[in-house]
Amino acid sequence: MKEKLSQERAPIYEALEEFRKMRVVPFDVPGHKRGRGNPELTALLGERCVGMDVNSMKPLDNLCHPISVIRDAEILAAQAFGAAHAFLMVGGTTSAVQAMVLSVAKRGEKIILPRNVHRSVMCAMVLCGAVPVYVNPECNDDLGIPLGMSVAQVEKAIRENPDAKAIFVNNPTYYGICSDLRSIVKLAHKYGMYCLVDEAHGTHFYFGEGLPVSAMAAGADMAAVSMHKSGGSLTQSSILLTGPTMPEGYVRQIINLTQTTSASYLLLSSLDISRRNLALRGKEAFAQVVRMAEYAREEINNIGGYYAYSRELCNGDSVYDFDVTKLSVNTLPVGLAGIEVYDLLRDEYDIQIEFGDLGNILAYISIGDRPRDIERLVSAMAEVRRRFARARVSLMSQEYIEPEVAVSPQDAFYADKVSLKLEEAEGWICSEFVMCYPPGIPILAPGERITRPIIDYILYAKEKGCSMTGPEDANIERLNVIKACEQ
Amino acid sequence: MEFWFSEKHTPNVKMSIRVDRQLYSGQSEFQRIDVFESPEFGRFLTLDGYMMLTEKDEFIYHEMITHVPMAVHPCVKNVLVIGAGDGGVIRELVRYKDIENIDMVEIDEQVVEVCKKYLPQTAGWLDDERVHIHYEDGLRFIRACHDRYDLIIVDSTDPFGPGEGLFTREFYGNCYKALKDDGIMVNQHESPFYPEDAVACQRAHKRIVESFPISRVYQAHIPTYPSGHWLFGFASKKYHPLKDLREAEWNQRGIPCRYYTTTLHKGAFYLPAYVEELLANVELTPD
Repeated sequence: MKEKLSQERAPIYEALEEFRKMRVVPFDVPGHKRGRGNPELTALLGERCVGMDVNSMKPLDNLCHPISVIRDAEILAAQAFGAAHAFLMVGGTTSAVQAMVLSVAKRGEKIILPRNVHRSVMCAMVLCGAVPVYVNPECNDDLGIPLGMSVAQVEKAIRENPDAKAIFVNNPTYYGICSDLRSIVKLAHKYGMYCLVDEAHGTHFYFGEGLPVSAMAAGADMAAVSMHKSGGSLTQSSILLTGPTMPEGYVRQIINLTQTTSASYLLLSSLDISRRNLALRGKEAFAQVVRMAEYAREEINNIGGYYAYSRELCNGDSVYDFDVTKLSVNTLPVGLAGIEVYDLLRDEYDIQIEFGDLGNILAYISIGDRPRDIERLVSAMAEVRRRFARARVSLMSQEYIEPEVAVSPQDAFYADKVSLKLEEAEGWICSEFVMCYPPGIPILAPGERITRPIIDYILYAKEKGCSMTGPEDANIERLNVIKACEQ
Repeated sequence: MEFWFSEKHTPNVKMSIRVDRQLYSGQSEFQRIDVFESPEFGRFLTLDGYMMLTEKDEFIYHEMITHVPMAVHPCVKNVLVIGAGDGGVIRELVRYKDIENIDMVEIDEQVVEVCKKYLPQTAGWLDDERVHIHYEDGLRFIRACHDRYDLIIVDSTDPFGPGEGLFTREFYGNCYKALKDDGIMVNQHESPFYPEDAVACQRAHKRIVESFPISRVYQAHIPTYPSGHWLFGFASKKYHPLKDLREAEWNQRGIPCRYYTTTLHKGAFYLPAYVEELLANVELTPD
């Protein structure tokens, strides 16, 4: 070790630089050998990039069992995020969420969670056999969005399920809504449960000022942080944070159950460099992001029709706080579904936004944005309104349909099934996922009963052009249901 | 000792101008600004290393972007000029006594200051009392305008860098909205010659065609721009650039020009076959 560890350092990046200078002759994988074996790929990605695509080796450590530079990078990340430990993840935040669920619940054990969790949570339950207990997230019916969990609802779920192992919280939601995380953590700990936080959209909470409280600051036991979203690292890289209650070695074992043994150094170095950048410059960078988002919000609200919402939604409970970097806009007053505005922005104006649902769009504002691009977005939205606005009619804005869990996701997923036409599936128990993507919140999960409103919603979302995924039948004209459990 | 300014017109083509001395170099919030003095072209302005104008050939650009619409529209009172920090378009516009108001929107105040100081040949008319300069993003300014202007002149830089937003569908749509029912928009339309410029030219044309009922392209010969062959766009809600040309009326004004004539006006809309094809390719295809 040359110097002492500090946030100015980036141990993985430094080791890669050292390694490059050594001009080591590769008789190991990857077989492209610094790109020489794949000139077309090298032309596309650049020599520096493919030259860093190397395998674990002594000077570069090993993500499965870190003892040197990856270990140091994790220590620095933990410090930067105020966590007891930080695990660098290369399987997306999906893998971090999976590790959280697998770390706290085994087959048959319960986890309390809101319905609007990411699909990765449900998938983790299929893997480990945990049973979901849903807390009905309140809905804002005007906007058609699910809100956070109210503390009273969480307490009710805890009382009804005192044997549950953990409470799972989305903080913030895709739309920027935050629950009262401190109170929920306190409640969980009071009843001997873990509190897990999906912080996929909240990396900036750890570095910006005046933003909602972060999971680690609120005392949560684990948090999955998408560094590649607001943190600036490469797609698919992520960080799992743990508090002092979680045994590091056990969590590492859990991660290694499903993690690759050939972790990409492009992803790892991007995490390392991004962490350094955020630790050193995050405060100012996110202040600028907030300024741009606030400006865009004000300009969009000035267009008329659109409603770009913010902290005024706060109600002290199910909207405890709002992440002002999120530019969420309700499009219904313009007479257009969010997904329609999403498509128009892309097809007519070459602007790609993060998602559109039935009533809203989200434009992701980040450390890479420029004011002039914000002007384009706002102007394009003004044009969409001028050219395409309709009277506000017949837009079904209801997004949340309460699920009826009949059997555990794992039991349903592996049960004997039959395929039924969508229209005939009413009353049967679904054995597969149906997602509306984005934002990737389940409409149906394995083990849930298929009801009329759910069928109507699937038909409507399909008609509106939402991308629907999950079922074996890609066109979603048929659903797999559990054979043994007829109505 | 020789000093040369070079600009890459493509990765494989370079144009160089011999320079006597550099008069100014500075970095604004948006771009690098340089002014040089040269034996052949007089003073010239570059932004981020791209040629904007030279004293020797700027008259061609400024006359063609201004007098073509002015000879078509019967009664221009209120004009919006976007970009144009060098003042050349303003110089041509203030020659029309019946224009009452000129709003000029330039994102970079430093460009205007530098031009006022070093390029009085173009920037010497910015103090005309009819001219109101707004230092802001053109896209932002025009969002708030409805049914206000008779003429909009888009004197932009290239479609990369700060001028990018001025080549977009949202911008042209906003221009349409900002024009009166018989309004005209004229824009700097890039060159059809080198492939990358041609793509930019095509994209701009496609977006204008989608936004305006009448959209025609005309050309001029500008020696210091890539390939020397440059295009302008004429987009309008009502007037046709040739059928509605008010030839006698314009000539009566007695505005002396070195490039523009009403005869050239007519000829400028007759384009080379390859350019016609380039433009026609995007006029009908849905996407």
